[in-house]
Amino acid sequence: MSRQIVIGAGLLIALVVFPLLSPWSTVILTVALCEGLAALGILVLLRAGQVSFGHGLYFAFSAYVVAFMATARFGHEVLLLVPIATAASGLLAALIGLFIVRYRAIFFGMLNLAISMVFFSLLEKLFSITGGADGKRVPRPTLAGMTLERESFEFWMFYITLALCVVAALFVARYLLSPGGKALEAIKSNETRLEYLGVSSRKVLFGAYLLSGLLAGLGGAIIALVSGHVTPELAYWVRSGEFVFIAILGGAGGVAGPFLGALMFQIIRGYAAVYAPETWHAVLGVMLLIIIFFAPTGLYGLIAGKKRAAKPPAAVERAGAGQ
Amino acid sequence: MILLAALDGLAYGSLIFLVAVGLSLIFGVLGVLNIAHGSFYAIGAYVAASAVLAAAGMGLPTWLAFPLFLISAILVGVVVGGTVEALLLRRVYRKEEVLQLLVTFAVFMILEDAQKVIFGTQPLFANAPMNWLGTIEVFGIFYTNYQLVLIPLVALAVLVGLRTFLRRTSFGRAIVAVTQDREAAMAMGIDATRVYLITFIIGASLAALGGALSSSTTSLTPGIGSGMIVLSFAVAATAGLGRIEGAAVAALMIGLGRSAAVYFAPEFDVLIPYLIMVVVLLIKPEGLFTTLQTRKV
Repeated sequence: MSRQIVIGAGLLIALVVFPLLSPWSTVILTVALCEGLAALGILVLLRAGQVSFGHGLYFAFSAYVVAFMATARFGHEVLLLVPIATAASGLLAALIGLFIVRYRAIFFGMLNLAISMVFFSLLEKLFSITGGADGKRVPRPTLAGMTLERESFEFWMFYITLALCVVAALFVARYLLSPGGKALEAIKSNETRLEYLGVSSRKVLFGAYLLSGLLAGLGGAIIALVSGHVTPELAYWVRSGEFVFIAILGGAGGVAGPFLGALMFQIIRGYAAVYAPETWHAVLGVMLLIIIFFAPTGLYGLIAGKKRAAKPPAAVERAGAGQ
Repeated sequence: MILLAALDGLAYGSLIFLVAVGLSLIFGVLGVLNIAHGSFYAIGAYVAASAVLAAAGMGLPTWLAFPLFLISAILVGVVVGGTVEALLLRRVYRKEEVLQLLVTFAVFMILEDAQKVIFGTQPLFANAPMNWLGTIEVFGIFYTNYQLVLIPLVALAVLVGLRTFLRRTSFGRAIVAVTQDREAAMAMGIDATRVYLITFIIGASLAALGGALSSSTTSLTPGIGSGMIVLSFAVAATAGLGRIEGAAVAALMIGLGRSAAVYFAPEFDVLIPYLIMVVVLLIKPEGLFTTLQTRKV
């Protein structure tokens, strides 16, 4: 536990100081934090051994909620837009969660993927409403009633996002230690026994799904505000895959992991875009392979050391390949 | 209109069947949902188109394109598919499903960029083979022989061939045995590692064959693989993962559904496959064809 706090605090201090030294980095860092939030949601689901290749749905949904509200000048204020959009994607997650918690493993992943692709196609095709593949512009709203210039808006958005990330990370850490969070691990290791204990695994998973939808929604709402533009690509399956990627890159052992992973992801993307603009996906892919084969506990596990490599026990060996 | 939609659906469904059946086969035997499958499709398309253009450049006859399609599909399957299985996937069969998925996701990212580097980002167009086969008239509608006869025939041949291979030949039976019980099969002296490798190569070749056949009907641009993979997921999931005959029906269903949407509700054409997938997964997550006596691979 103490190591977790040290890593989290170290990361936090670095993040607080860095933009003061190099103001150009605020937007990139904010984007990284937003993706970290979505990956944190994936981490929660990973605890239950479930992987969603469709959380771009919640990311994009709340980004579009922000875009529509901001365009309509309805609640043209960050402190209103972010909570409303996050709550909206929470609501969507609750609706979808109602039935999706009945599915496991490959079906869980595929159903998430399919639903997010339906949403993606709608965003792209309903041109008159969503602006099609070009997306929508998000006019810069006021922040706490003040109309800010671009630079100070980005500056304050970063620190607000950072604060939200800290709150979210602490909440998730607390949640994973709670009975609900512990039950998640039980879904992964032995769901039948969990049910024997009188715990409804569906209810447990519903809670986790709702939380993951809220986290992805929070990330999406902020990214819409900071980048000032939303496109259907936010809901595309490759984007959802990146969230899973980030969660594994950072390591599923602790709540600081997804943020470490997201920062690393942005750094690689940034450098690769300069030195290998054609092949930055490939660089990321190789990086992912290296992590999977040589450091399966992720960056977090590398830093926290072998002892604290709190990777949940590997799944029981597959009994038969086709099962 | 309805007839035209039906013909479109048949041509399109046959094409996605080829890709989806490879995906389904790999999942059925190896238990890995191969995200990079769309990349095999795309690479197959690029290799075939390049080969056809090169052959045309050398002044070789156009009919040579058809054996070239087959050769390039097998080549892609063996070289790319074989490398991926032997070098990467083999190490993660005993690990968590998430990691297996991510390995294929990493391969997808690498292959997507590899395509851009090797084949460039300019659209590639090689439709000579399609024009060479001419057109056919069906109830007053002209349609290319290539799309209406050749592709469905290839799909049918693959369906029948795969069935026969799995049930009648000893290696095919070995694949089925490993699928049903890997340990027992190994105890009987079957080399399961080899079975996995060859199954993966067959699956990858089928995807590449689908790509090769499609190369003549559309222009190739980066990103065709990532679109195709979700579509073949939709077909495989609708049929039930691992079902071969089911995949044929599901591919036709999705092909027809999509082409019907193209004519009657053009805004929703890309939506239909995913919608079918959602509905089927919700109602019958194990797929439509699981209770029928179709046996698993």
